[in-house]
Amino acid sequence: MNDELYQENILDHNKNPRNAGRIEGASRQAKELNPSCGDAIELFLKLDGCDRVQDVKFDGHGCAISQASVSMLTERLKGRPLAEVMAIDEKDILGLLGIDVGPMRMKCAMLSLRTLKSALACKK
Amino acid sequence: MKKLPADILKDFPSLHAMGMRAYLDSAASSLTPTPVLEAMDGYYKECRSNVHRGMYKTAGEATARYEAARGVVAGFLNASSPEEVVFTSGTTASLNLLAASLGRELKPGDEVVLTEMEHHADVVPWQEAAKRHGFTLKFIPLTEGFTLDMDAARALIGPKTRIVSVAHASNALGTVNPVKELASLAHAVGAKLIVDAAQSVPHMKVDVRTLDCDFLAFSAHKMLGPTGVGVLWGRKGLLEAMEPTQYGGDMIREVRPEASTWNDAPWKFEAGTPNVAGVIGLGAAVGYLQAIGMERIEAHDRALAAYAIGKLSEIPGLEIVGPKAGERIGAISFTVEGAHPHDLATLLDREGVAVRGGHHCAMPLMARLGLSGTTRASFYLYNDESDADALIDAILKAKTVLKL
Ligand SMILES: Cc1ncc(COP(=O)(O)O)c(C=O)c1O
Repeated sequence: MNDELYQENILDHNKNPRNAGRIEGASRQAKELNPSCGDAIELFLKLDGCDRVQDVKFDGHGCAISQASVSMLTERLKGRPLAEVMAIDEKDILGLLGIDVGPMRMKCAMLSLRTLKSALACKK
Repeated sequence: MKKLPADILKDFPSLHAMGMRAYLDSAASSLTPTPVLEAMDGYYKECRSNVHRGMYKTAGEATARYEAARGVVAGFLNASSPEEVVFTSGTTASLNLLAASLGRELKPGDEVVLTEMEHHADVVPWQEAAKRHGFTLKFIPLTEGFTLDMDAARALIGPKTRIVSVAHASNALGTVNPVKELASLAHAVGAKLIVDAAQSVPHMKVDVRTLDCDFLAFSAHKMLGPTGVGVLWGRKGLLEAMEPTQYGGDMIREVRPEASTWNDAPWKFEAGTPNVAGVIGLGAAVGYLQAIGMERIEAHDRALAAYAIGKLSEIPGLEIVGPKAGERIGAISFTVEGAHPHDLATLLDREGVAVRGGHHCAMPLMARLGLSGTTRASFYLYNDESDADALIDAILKAKTVLKL
């Protein structure tokens, strides 16, 4: 089987998501859905005094690709300055996943990024 | 007599396109056989012109072919006349027309009864009409066995009910609903019964007089026809009394600067240049199905569904979401513990097995069942047991990849 999509690390992040949970009083938060498949991600960012990501958590459900993507993204965000977080784009997400996502599943892979962008856009 | 599917496989050129092993998504859209493609081609090659207008020969021929399809569809449904057949762009358009037109006659206090298993196409148009006209929506709940709770239906359908609109067969569960009984419940309180037959007309003999419904909607693309065309069947008197919702050419009798009058039904509902090739293709698809026989197609469907459900049920962690036996079509929804429907559908695709994963345009149903979605395999006349075997084989491989 041509199964490069479901590599060990993807399955691991899906089964044991990093930074799962919620943050009360987050500095930035947003929820995004994939209407076609029902995947959902809610992302919470807490910034410190120098606009660095002090803590990040997510709450979500969905396919292995969307959930692994957000789990990996949260690992990447921790401790980063806001400016760097704002510059994260599709290429970075694909780099984190390290797999050939393919056009049919791109929406799943990018739900994490979409949620991050919404969270950054909505100041709380 | 043609053997199913062996003798018809040659008619479906796209079946083996792109290296597919098993096409199991006919509930979403069926494949189209060569005779249907040729009928549509014939229009473009032989009599390409508008209908109901030109005074020249090809326009007459195009109109004749277009209107002949109306007769074919009327016969297929056992309608009392071709004038009961309105061509639309599909089930969604047919149901929107009904909700918009019939909705205008409803007022606050009136009730429209739907079911918990409706496709979004039979929910959202009613929600929008309800917003505008102030009527209330009620939903017939399900039993544990994924059928309609008919006791609840009897309690819900009452003096305030003006319309009952139900799926004949559920695209998400495979359940076939007791439409005839719902028709008598609706008629007993003076309400009308609308049937969303998108999933039944392709798979079984549907006779509008036996069902005793008032309106029936379906799509050509799920029954070997082209995309973008469908039918609204309605009782003649009801269509005559109903207001159109789209205006323009062809649907009028007389247009004066200040006001206009309407053409007769069904043409008053067909504003503008219709999907001529599509309608001709639908007529050819009906002819193709009739030549095989709907009873045989239904029997083939049932046998395959029973075979597949038997095999699927043996897979650990797999749950069938829908009736395991009884009144059902060959659209089989299931969940596999630990596997999201999209991951499963992707992995099955890699084995050449095409299925659908997701909420199947039935989000209220999925919420009611506490599921984010299911994986659905659906069969049609060109499938056989080897396709079901390919499905089982691919699910087992997917479970290995996902370490389940
Ligand atoms: C039960 C049911 N109703 C309505 C529809 C909508 O049909 P269409 O998209 O062809 O308008 C479908 C098809 O997806 C269906 O399965």
